[in-house]
Amino acid sequence: MIPELGQVALILALLLAMVQTVAPLWGSFTGSRVLMGLAKPAVTGQLVFAIVAFGALTYAFVTHDFSVAFVAGHSNSELPVFYRVGAVWGGHEGSLLLWILVLAIWSVLVAAFSGHMPERFVARVLGVLGVVAVGFLSFTLFTSNPFDRLIPAPADGQDLNPILQDPALMIHPPLLYIGYVGFSVAFAFAIAALLEGRLDAAWARWTRPWTTAAWVFLTLGISLGSWWAYYELGWGGWWFWDPVENASFLPWLIGTALIHSLAVTEKRGLFRSWTLLLAITAFSLSLLGTFLVRSGILVSVHAFATDPSRGLYILVFMGIVTGAALALYAWRAPMLTSDAGFRPMSRESFVLANNILLVIATALILLGTLYPLFMDALNLGKVSVGPPYFDLAFMIPMFPLMLLMGMGMHVMWRQMSVSVLARKLRVPAVIAVIAGVTLPLVFYGSAGMLTIVGSIAAFWVMLTALIDLLPGRGPARLTSSHIGMCLAHFGLGMLILGVTFVSSYDAEADRAAVPGQPIEVAGYEFTMFGTRGVEGPNFSAIEAEVEVRLDGELVTMLYPQKRVYRVQRDPVTQTAIAAGWRRDLLVSMGEPLGEGAWSVRIQYKPLVRFIWLGTLVMAIGGLFALSDRRYRLARRRSTEPLADGRAPAPGGGS
Amino acid sequence: MTPTRKRRLMLVAGLVAGVGLATTLALRAFQENMLYFYSPTEFVEIDVPAERTLRIGGLVADGSVQRESGSMTVEFLVTDHAYSVPVRYTGVLPDLFREGQGVVARGRLGEGGLFLADNIMAKHDENYMPPEVAQALEAGKMRAIERAAEQAEAARATGNGSAGGYYGGGYQP
Repeated sequence: MIPELGQVALILALLLAMVQTVAPLWGSFTGSRVLMGLAKPAVTGQLVFAIVAFGALTYAFVTHDFSVAFVAGHSNSELPVFYRVGAVWGGHEGSLLLWILVLAIWSVLVAAFSGHMPERFVARVLGVLGVVAVGFLSFTLFTSNPFDRLIPAPADGQDLNPILQDPALMIHPPLLYIGYVGFSVAFAFAIAALLEGRLDAAWARWTRPWTTAAWVFLTLGISLGSWWAYYELGWGGWWFWDPVENASFLPWLIGTALIHSLAVTEKRGLFRSWTLLLAITAFSLSLLGTFLVRSGILVSVHAFATDPSRGLYILVFMGIVTGAALALYAWRAPMLTSDAGFRPMSRESFVLANNILLVIATALILLGTLYPLFMDALNLGKVSVGPPYFDLAFMIPMFPLMLLMGMGMHVMWRQMSVSVLARKLRVPAVIAVIAGVTLPLVFYGSAGMLTIVGSIAAFWVMLTALIDLLPGRGPARLTSSHIGMCLAHFGLGMLILGVTFVSSYDAEADRAAVPGQPIEVAGYEFTMFGTRGVEGPNFSAIEAEVEVRLDGELVTMLYPQKRVYRVQRDPVTQTAIAAGWRRDLLVSMGEPLGEGAWSVRIQYKPLVRFIWLGTLVMAIGGLFALSDRRYRLARRRSTEPLADGRAPAPGGGS
Repeated sequence: MTPTRKRRLMLVAGLVAGVGLATTLALRAFQENMLYFYSPTEFVEIDVPAERTLRIGGLVADGSVQRESGSMTVEFLVTDHAYSVPVRYTGVLPDLFREGQGVVARGRLGEGGLFLADNIMAKHDENYMPPEVAQALEAGKMRAIERAAEQAEAARATGNGSAGGYYGGGYQP
């Protein structure tokens, strides 16, 4: 009964999404306030029904309703209740439902916080969001219904994939989706601006917080996924350039470019059509990511779906949305260009360089991700592109980006003299070079060229990000926007530091561990004493006891496990990790080699925590930027109607 | 040419040069890191480049996994039912590696047709077969039938009745 309720709720949500699409868009062209006024109630109703549908599926999971096919495929009576709730998005159908719910939440938030924007503009934004909602709701209902019944109902479910039974993975998909779907808001704002045929500083100020919010969630989502892969997949990698990882990273890169370009559009009225193009691209890449993951054309653990009609549906939907958006852009964008120029030595130039480099990085990763698919589609052989390509291709634009970032933060808008900038950055540059060269040599003995360059870049970015936060050194009045910018860049510096050191100095050994015989890796001595059986709530495991010593002193005890979950029967490796600021130590069990010996993989990962810590600081920086007073002031004052946005934006034309 | 124009031109020229250099570097890396996938049939019947890293995939043949006690090195056959390729790997095997299971091995061709793998992938879901492996197996089955027919033909021609087995392996240790 409850699942049918969910089904009905989904259908009603689809009908309301249709109203939300047609009425306000139609009304915005005919000037009908009644039609435009329908948008907000339609959005609210859609959210209510999305919550009902999502609740119904959650209820089916919690109460073990195995007559629902999706529940039977992704749960089991032994599955702990925490994972039963998370299992709702542990498969294709449920994760689409999550997508729909997240979109409805974003849409309602946009409707709620748009009081200060012109009625017609809001109607158009909500109408565009309605198009996206219609697309995903009908996709779910027609190709991937989570409420389909299984008759007769099986006695028990097939269980959630054991590697998905993990706390981090319970929150990774929601965060990622909030980020992904959040770019639909920037997209809707861009389309609305194109429909209006005008765009001004106020538009950029409205769009910025939404874009930053989506970016914060996407940052956290990607980072959490990387962390999960690191400890759960157990092989110590933190980024694999897997197509599914790339699918989330591509919109992140363009989203980052968009955040920067929006700043120029707001402050200087420049880059207007470029900003719109980035907004369209960011969301198109989100859709592409969905297509890659949901169509099942990828060879990946993430790809749940293998039904070709699903892939075709998303491909067609993506084609229509992106195609229409780009056509509208081609038609309207020429009206929005400003002929104001800017000087080479200005913040504008540095943001432009940032954008170009980020777009290059995106293009190179996109090439490596899509090329194998094209080759396969054209029957030219099956290829995959190895991670070394991505490493190099990504590094090429990143090094100039790091160098310019340190300067760009301190260059003024419009114009600045080189000597003033040089005076400001002399000290951090010297310190960065000294620290970047000596630290790797002092702590790790030797350093290659790439290590030195990477560590100089890391210190350069961190130090230049800190200058403005020092008392008396920064601007007289520090806005939280500015603090956010400094923090986000500092976090990026931490991330680069972690990446550089872990890539340069990590150590790994696959060995036969014989009880009592120590194995040496990176100066640490690992001794396995033996194994014993352990019982978990829904699995049995063999656990090894491993002692770790450094220079004869006990560092820690590690207990890696080889688990067998009772339902799916596949062995799952549970890596034991000794985490620390300076290094992580990992031990994972392979297989028994006879006479009590086991094959083990031992890894030493210096500064690996800085990778996730850095992304966390970046996200906190985003939150600071979001909390800036001027967004709230703008809402309260409700000034600058878009109607006179036709004139060159404030500050433009110098 | 005005100074502004000149500066702009230089900026553009610099950008073009930079982008060109970056593209060249990236494309070279791209060429070097393209990993082709071969089924056991293709691996045996086509000349495989000896120096290049490549991937092969198929099923781990039943009863073929061999490991000396206490050693980290395993040898096994990867088969598509038409041919089998011997693979050697030293290291920890993935959780789902076992006989009869689909695997993809990355590595290069060693001496005597032995494939030296530096990475073995087995999928995380028991019911899930990598599409490349599934297709390789389909093609392998067809090839096995063709080969059986060829061998029967050859046997008739020479008057020798002992035609090769239906799944006659390409590899004779």
